[in-house]
Amino acid sequence: MTTATATAPTGLETGAPRRGVLSKIVDRLGSGAVQVIMVLLGLFWLVPTLGLLVVSMRTTKVNNAEGWWTVFTKPAELTIQNYQNLLGSGFTASFWNTALITVPTTVLVIGIAAMAGYAFAWMDFPGRDAAFLVVVALLIVPIQIALIPVASLYGASGIFGSIPGVVLFHVAFGLPFAIFLLRNFFVGIPASLLEAARMDGASEWKIFVSVVFPLGKPAIASLGIFQFLWVWNDMLIALVFANTENQPMTKYLQSQMRQFGSNVDILSSGAFLSLIIPLILFFAFQRYFVQGMMAGSVK
Amino acid sequence: MTERLDGPKVPPAVSAGGPATGPAETPRTKQRLGPSAAVAIAFLLPAALLLGIWVVYPIVYSLIRSLFDANGTGFVGLGNYTTIFTDSGTLTTIRNNLIWVVIAPIVVTTLGLIFAVLTERIKWATAFKLIVFMPMAVSLMAAGVIFRLVYEENPDKGLANAILTTVHDTFASSQGYPEARPREGDQSQVADQNGAVVTKQAVQAGQPVLVPIVGVNPQLVPANAQPAKAPAAGGGLSGTVWLDFTRGGGGQSGAVDPSETGLPGMTVEAVQNGQVAATATTAEDGSFRFDGLPAGSYTVRLPQSNFQASYGGLTWLGPTLITPAIIGAFVWVWAGFAMVLLAAGLAAIPRDALEAARIDGATEWQVFRKITVPLLSPVLLVVFVTMIINTLKVFDLVFIIAPASVQPQANVVALEMWRVSFGGGNNQGLGSALAILLLVLVLPFMIMNIRRFRRENT
Repeated sequence: MTTATATAPTGLETGAPRRGVLSKIVDRLGSGAVQVIMVLLGLFWLVPTLGLLVVSMRTTKVNNAEGWWTVFTKPAELTIQNYQNLLGSGFTASFWNTALITVPTTVLVIGIAAMAGYAFAWMDFPGRDAAFLVVVALLIVPIQIALIPVASLYGASGIFGSIPGVVLFHVAFGLPFAIFLLRNFFVGIPASLLEAARMDGASEWKIFVSVVFPLGKPAIASLGIFQFLWVWNDMLIALVFANTENQPMTKYLQSQMRQFGSNVDILSSGAFLSLIIPLILFFAFQRYFVQGMMAGSVK
Repeated sequence: MTERLDGPKVPPAVSAGGPATGPAETPRTKQRLGPSAAVAIAFLLPAALLLGIWVVYPIVYSLIRSLFDANGTGFVGLGNYTTIFTDSGTLTTIRNNLIWVVIAPIVVTTLGLIFAVLTERIKWATAFKLIVFMPMAVSLMAAGVIFRLVYEENPDKGLANAILTTVHDTFASSQGYPEARPREGDQSQVADQNGAVVTKQAVQAGQPVLVPIVGVNPQLVPANAQPAKAPAAGGGLSGTVWLDFTRGGGGQSGAVDPSETGLPGMTVEAVQNGQVAATATTAEDGSFRFDGLPAGSYTVRLPQSNFQASYGGLTWLGPTLITPAIIGAFVWVWAGFAMVLLAAGLAAIPRDALEAARIDGATEWQVFRKITVPLLSPVLLVVFVTMIINTLKVFDLVFIIAPASVQPQANVVALEMWRVSFGGGNNQGLGSALAILLLVLVLPFMIMNIRRFRRENT
């Protein structure tokens, strides 16, 4: 960063700084150094995941014998055997469980938070501002606080271990962020649009469905991707509330960690499959992902 | 709100502020065109029920539950909290969380800032940002597996140690013969001296030095080792270092027998009056020779370094390094978050301010320190606070990366809470107290959020 120091004008000159040959060379070298550093950093961030991919595509025997980087000299050792082995195992069921937990959660969070967000943004009711401050406060409540109470609640009502139990827990803890994000977006909808609809005698539900929700699409997309990834990647809630039959991938893979070393084949291929869908979503919708993150960075 | 990794086309209103994303609240007209309070309540009801039952009620429940014992029947007052601050296990978790909070947010924020600044100077900034940001989409569980592989101790398998040993071996030769020792005895010329092997008497040129070594792990004998050769007399100070052991028996102790191999790569020093006069390395047949050494009496010494194990990297997943190692994985996951937020903040800084300072003769560093950082401070604060909250709640990475045997050393509050309540500890009184402790730890940031929100919305 300091390489450009040499180009700084020396005092009295005004206007564009005069750039000598020497300073140009320094600049060029500096930018070369920056390029090299950035390439190294990029590798640093890329290589660990690449390692997981390669390990997942080699047999346990090969993995025990040599580091994954030898793949560059022996690409023939690559195989999809590990993935084929996963198909018949408990992993497949856990993959579907992850989907069964994630999709309903995302839909519910969007629906419920959009309604609440609309109420907070465009309806007058006593205690509105105080209620919204509660939502802001709940943004960073650690989920640990609810594990024990909700577990006893679920135990009493018989939904402990079931998928609906996991989903409802996720929805509740997704709501503060979702309401916060959507309310702040809905507030920006031009008042004239809503006033016109109200003048026409449209019901609030109609306004919500046909005006607010469509206009809120960018924010809803951000929220959706964020919520999806958050639930898809969760391990703690699944660990406590999902039984073995209903466990998502994260819990399934966690139960395999104990034998780390002897079952790297299952762990690496499973972990890689678990991150494929998030990665696809991330690359496809990175714009919305970043938006959601920006808007909710207090979380 | 059009923020993308490939650079904002329009500086977003959100980038510098954090939570207040929408425009300022529209002033309400006093005429009540809006719906009745009943309608509002209907819209809020589902959210209120869920938040009430799953979030608010549990806070109260945990608070009360934390005052009772493991069974939930005996009232213990603040006993569980006393346990947290006296039990050595929970104290370790608090100490670890402290290490996390002190180190991780600073490292993540600093790296994010450096990345954000550097990406402005490269053409492939979008690709770089995507790569660094990618771990954000990956589950911490998968990130944990990724780093378990990276931190594998065997340098032939774990990437971290593979890099360390490669770097180390580039700068220092480390062909070691650990556990090896000289064959001692009356007829032997050499003896062990503080781990080094030295000749018992001074030797001179023309008088070959025989250094018989035993106790060498056969696997450590290099593949290129040749049968040992007794050095020819004459022509400077010379000798042989060999494995004085004939497989299957036979052979004469202290003599170079035909089936015995030399030990290549040994460092040999010629010492005179305590000073190293010359250094040589044994050849494939174990022979060495000091060329151009002035005539005289020398002691021949094989320094201790020959008998140390070769460098194998660090024990990342051992009790001492486990927390720094997991913090490394955390930084890998979160640096992209910091970078993207800070890059957006940088993009929102008016170019004019920077240009004006440059024209006035400020150096790049001064511009960075006096203009960029102050203008960026709201975003820096958001990133920093977010990271503090995340480190306080850290759970998955510790749980996955720390092997079961070192989990007590790597333990953090959030993990201990799960462990004592659900992971076999079976003490939900203590678990509730730990959950309340976590809540208390994030409380200042909760208040901060509320204050900021009120300030920005009035």
